[in-house]
Amino acid sequence: MPDTADILRLESMQVHFPIQGGLFDRVLGRPAGAVRAVDGIDLNIGRGEIVALVGESGSGKTTVGRVITKLAQPTGGRLLFEGEDMTSVRGSSALRPYRHRVQMIFQDAYQALNPRHTVFDVVAEPLRSLRLVDNASQLADRVSEALAAAGLNPPGDFFARFPHELSGGQRQRVVIAGALAVRPELIVADEPVSMLDVSIRAQILQVLVDLRDKHNMALLFITHDLPLAWSIADRIAVLYLGKLVEIGSADEITFNPRHPYTVALRNATPQIGGNADRGKLPALQGEVPSAARVPRGCRFHPRCPLAFDRCREEEPPAIEVGPQHLSACWRSEC
Amino acid sequence: MTNSSQDNVPLLEVDRLSVDYGLKGVSSRAIDRVSFALRAGEAVGLVGESGSGKTTTAMAIASLLSPNARVNEGEVRYRGKRLPIDDDAAMRPHRWSETSVVFQGAMNALNPVHRILKQIAEPCMLKLGMSRGEATARARELLELVGIPADRGSAYPHELSGGMRQRVMIAMALACRPSIVIGDEPTTALDVITQAQILKLLGELRSRLNLALILITHDLSVVAEACDRVMIMYAGRIVEDGTVADIFAQPKHPYTRLLIDSIPNPASGKRIIRPIPGDPPNLMNRPSGCAFHPRCPSAMAVCVTEVPSFDECGQGRVACHLHRSSQEDKVAVHA
Repeated sequence: MPDTADILRLESMQVHFPIQGGLFDRVLGRPAGAVRAVDGIDLNIGRGEIVALVGESGSGKTTVGRVITKLAQPTGGRLLFEGEDMTSVRGSSALRPYRHRVQMIFQDAYQALNPRHTVFDVVAEPLRSLRLVDNASQLADRVSEALAAAGLNPPGDFFARFPHELSGGQRQRVVIAGALAVRPELIVADEPVSMLDVSIRAQILQVLVDLRDKHNMALLFITHDLPLAWSIADRIAVLYLGKLVEIGSADEITFNPRHPYTVALRNATPQIGGNADRGKLPALQGEVPSAARVPRGCRFHPRCPLAFDRCREEEPPAIEVGPQHLSACWRSEC
Repeated sequence: MTNSSQDNVPLLEVDRLSVDYGLKGVSSRAIDRVSFALRAGEAVGLVGESGSGKTTTAMAIASLLSPNARVNEGEVRYRGKRLPIDDDAAMRPHRWSETSVVFQGAMNALNPVHRILKQIAEPCMLKLGMSRGEATARARELLELVGIPADRGSAYPHELSGGMRQRVMIAMALACRPSIVIGDEPTTALDVITQAQILKLLGELRSRLNLALILITHDLSVVAEACDRVMIMYAGRIVEDGTVADIFAQPKHPYTRLLIDSIPNPASGKRIIRPIPGDPPNLMNRPSGCAFHPRCPSAMAVCVTEVPSFDECGQGRVACHLHRSSQEDKVAVHA
C-alpha cells in the first residue's frame, strides 16, 4: 500500500514529560529524569480504517490520542496528516484546518459537556469557532445532521435540553455529535463507551461503525478491552509502557497473538463460556512498571514468562510474524 | 423463601425486600420485592445496569443504606434470624463481623493519612476487642493473606498501586472473619491483568475461608469467571436467577439474552454485537407491567399490563410472561 493511502502516520513518535527534580537534586547536579509516556511509536491509519489502540492504564494510549489531536506536543518523531508534517504546527489559527479534519471524543461525557450549555450550543460550538457556517439556518441544519448521525432522533427535540436532562448514553451521543458536526475525516475516540452501561455500548459502537461505512471516516479507538477492540476494529495495536508490542489485523491479534504481553492480556480477559486458551502461559505477576523507570532491554522482560538473556540486554525491534502482523519480541524470530 | 430445597437454613435469606428512596418529597422504589437465598460458601453475581437496584440490594443486606432510603417491606434473615437492617445501632454487632463490604474506589475508601497496617488493625481493635499489639499482628497476617508482604504495612495508600489498594480493602473486609463478603464492583476500576489477579485472590479466599460472596457488577463476563450463580436485575427487580452455566448457555429472560449478546465475545465468532434498543428506565416513571417491555423484542399485550411473577423455571427462576405461558402450555399438553 502506498503511503498516500494513509490519512495519518506516526513516525518514531515520542512524548517524554520531564520530571522536575527538587532543589536539592538541582544543587547537587543530579540529572532530572523523564516520564517516557510515549517512547517511539510507528503507527499508520488508513482512510476509513478503524484502528484500536489497546493498553492498560499508564501504557500511554491516551497520550498518543492527545498527540494526534494536537493537545500534547511530542518531544520527538513526526506526525504526518495526509503526508503533510504537522509535528511543529502550533497555535489555534494555524491548527484550525487540522482541527476541522481531526476530532476527539473523550471518555467521560459528564465532564466533557458544559452543564450550562444546551445540546444545540454544544454541537454548534465547533461549527461556529471553526467558521464553517454562514448563517443561522445553515447552523441548525448542520447541528440536526450531526445529532441524527449520532442517533439522537428527532434532533429538534434535543436542541434546548441541558446535559442533566439526558441519560448517560444520550450524553455520550451529544459528545459524538459535537465531534461529527465538523464532518471530520479522523476521529480519535478515547474509551468512548467504558463509562456506559453494557446495553448502551453496542448502540454507540454502531454509530461509530456507521460513520465509517457511510462517510469513510477513519477512527482511532482507544480502549483497554481486547474483545471490544476486536468487535469494532480492522486492526489492533497493543501498547505496553509507551511502545507498541504488537500490531496486526483484529482477528490475528485476537486469535493468533504472538507477543507474550498480548497473550497475557487475552488470557486475563474474563469471558463468557470460559477462556479456552488460558493455561498456555502462566498468569502475569506484578504490575506495569513506572514510565519514569522503563526497564532496559525489552521493557516487558521483568514480567515476561518467556524472557531469556537477550531480552534483558537488547530491545527487540518489530518483527514481521505474518502478513501485516508485527510483534516486538525476540521469541517471534524463531 | 418458598423454594428452600436445602434441609439446612440458608446463610442469608432476602425475603420480598423493597426499598424506597425519598427525594424532594417524592419517593421512588429502588428495589421491589427482591427475594433470594445465599448458602455458605456460595458465590452469587448480582448483575444489572446503573439504576437496576443491585447496589441498593447489597447495601440493604449490609445495612449501609443512605439516610434517605427506607425499607418499605420485606426482611433479611441471617442464619434464620431477622436482621434489624433499618436500625443502625442494632446492626452494629452484625456489620463487618458477619457481613462486610469491599467497595469500588479503594482510593476513596482508604484514609490517605494513615498507614495501611493501622487501617487494617482498627476494625480488629474496635470489633474484636484486641489490644493494639494483637491487632497489629492480625493486620500483618491479613496482609500476607491477600498477597501483600507484611512489611509493606507501613506504606500510605498513595504509595500503592490500584491493585494493591484493592487488596488492602479485601484485607480490611476479612478482618473480623465474616461469613459473607459483598464486593461492590471490586474490580471495575482496575486493569484487565490486575482484575484477573484480584478475582483469583477472591476465589482462593472464598474456598479457604468458606466465604459466601455477593459480587455486584455490570460485567457479565466477570460473573462468568468468578461466580456459581447469577441474578440479573432490571428496574429494581430480579428478572432471572440461575447457575452461571445455565444462564449463559440458555438465557430465559429476553433481557438476559440481549445482555449476553451485547458483550463482544471472540469465542462466539460473532463480531457484530446487537444493541439493546432504547434506554434504561427512569425509576421515577417506571413502565407499567413488565418494566422491560418498552425495550423487549418479544413483548406481548400482557407484558404492558401485568407484572410477571418470579417463578421457578427449570433449575432457576425467571420473571417473564413468555415463560409462564410456555409452562402453562406444557401443563395443558400433559393434561
